[in-house]
Amino acid sequence: MKKSKQKWFYSEQVKEHFFNPKNIFRSKAEIAKFKADGVGMVGNPACGDMMKMWIKVDRKKGTIKECKYQTFGCASAIATTSVLSEMVKGMKLEDAFNITPKQIVEKLGGLPQVKYHCSVLGDRALREAINDYYRKTDQLEKIVTDSPIVDETLKITERDIENAVIEGAKTLEEVQQKTKVGVENKKVLPKVRELIKKFKEKHRIK
Amino acid sequence: MRISYLDNAATTPVDKRVLAAMLPYFSEKFGNPGSMHQKGLEAKEAVEEARKKIAKLIEAEPDEIIFVSGGTESDNLALIGIANALKEKGNHIITTNIEHHAVFDTCEYLEEQGFKVTFVPVEKNGIVNPKEIEKVITKDTILISVIYANNEIGTIQPIGEISKIAKSKEILFHTDACQAAGYLDINAKNLGVDLMTLNGSKIYGPKGIGILYAKKGTVIQPIIYGGGQEKGMRSGTENVPAIAGFAKALEIAQKERENESKRLVKLRDNLVDGIKNKIPDIIINGDLKKRLPNNVNISFLGVEGESMLLHLDAKGICASTGSACSSHSLEPSHVIKALGNSDEVSHGSLRFSLGRHTTEEDIDKVLKELPKIVESLRKISPIAK
Repeated sequence: MKKSKQKWFYSEQVKEHFFNPKNIFRSKAEIAKFKADGVGMVGNPACGDMMKMWIKVDRKKGTIKECKYQTFGCASAIATTSVLSEMVKGMKLEDAFNITPKQIVEKLGGLPQVKYHCSVLGDRALREAINDYYRKTDQLEKIVTDSPIVDETLKITERDIENAVIEGAKTLEEVQQKTKVGVENKKVLPKVRELIKKFKEKHRIK
Repeated sequence: MRISYLDNAATTPVDKRVLAAMLPYFSEKFGNPGSMHQKGLEAKEAVEEARKKIAKLIEAEPDEIIFVSGGTESDNLALIGIANALKEKGNHIITTNIEHHAVFDTCEYLEEQGFKVTFVPVEKNGIVNPKEIEKVITKDTILISVIYANNEIGTIQPIGEISKIAKSKEILFHTDACQAAGYLDINAKNLGVDLMTLNGSKIYGPKGIGILYAKKGTVIQPIIYGGGQEKGMRSGTENVPAIAGFAKALEIAQKERENESKRLVKLRDNLVDGIKNKIPDIIINGDLKKRLPNNVNISFLGVEGESMLLHLDAKGICASTGSACSSHSLEPSHVIKALGNSDEVSHGSLRFSLGRHTTEEDIDKVLKELPKIVESLRKISPIAK
């Protein structure tokens, strides 16, 4: 079969970001070297999308110096995280926190309706990373999250626990190593155990 | 760059011999087969000749062939048509959990209409155990429908055994044989089926044409009403060029199927072995022996199907994902999940379906490009090992 001009399902912007994702991590060494100030992960491999974001923050200016990520997902999921990583560079944390899926989709020149959820994951991953930064720098009052909070002391959410489980933590101790949940606030431990069990079942982890 | 088209289970190009058989019926012999004048009669002759030819190919009588608009309509007519015709007799239908959506979703519709449907799960190898079907038969069972060869994983179901069970219990048995027609025996007598679905677009025939074979005496209630064509079973002016093309396509497919199967089995096995050798952390979906000669379906852990598909496309290779993520739904494939796989594994599945134009060169190209693509996507995946 001869080939005519290459056709492409998505927009030209998606094409560029899909084939040449910007600011993406390609190895564990790069991640270690980056020494992130905040890390966030959203999605669920079961839904076919999983995004993890790492940010470096300029503490004096309160801006994002660099935004890196890894994505498991379709072309629009990869493009969404890529374009977002460019959009937030140099942006004030508050402004980055409020980026909407609509803004991301516009930057990509539109997405098919069925693919909008990919961009919804991008902005959430970023908010998780910013929250993580706030948590690590004792600015708990700034944390805003849509996931139910399990541990008020550190503002650890159900999503934080789910992510720890997805990343391989199987016991309470292992989840605590990753999240510090209930380390101080011991009365939440029964709830945490229950959540670990629930998420292990959800993701079919034995 | 030569395009390596490895998506023949989605659709096939129209064979030149088929196209030649169709061409007279567009502008020259354009008549409506329902007209009594000579233009009508020459079109009618084409339809009846095609009917005879198809009947002979599947060892049926011409009046057991109903022309419809494709595989989907044929499945709909079989299921809804039988369900409505026999609802006084019973309200239970049995099928499997790896049916094509044309059967699967139609069964769900029938459930909404008050029918009871049992979706018998297949074994881990993607093949249904006939005993499991026998077990769920009740006095209310009116129809069993099982896909002959699955469209996603190519596994071949024990149609002969199931038809014996159906016959012994006096239950009608339908099979969707769209993917099978190019490679397997579709002789209705040998298979022992009461109803069989075939279409043109998977066997190098035109799109928009299919048949429902319905054994003499099978009462079906039509689902489309109008001018009463096809003995009232399917109203609407006959698609004469497509009917002529379909008959030709089926004739060629059945004549060439044995040689073509032998040729493709080699290419298919080379592709599977090559991928196994070059790419770690994969799951081959479906039985490797009881399988269509042209089907390869593999899940690549830690990567998503659509991304692989689009990278392959950029290299001139056309494949397909089980996730259908780029088309209509984000749901992972119910077929890959039916094998006991997680959603994640289902999202990472890729189907290569070989065809008449596939050569060793195409297989080599996949084996050259795919390992690089999987590796690069695993590098950027937060869940890859």
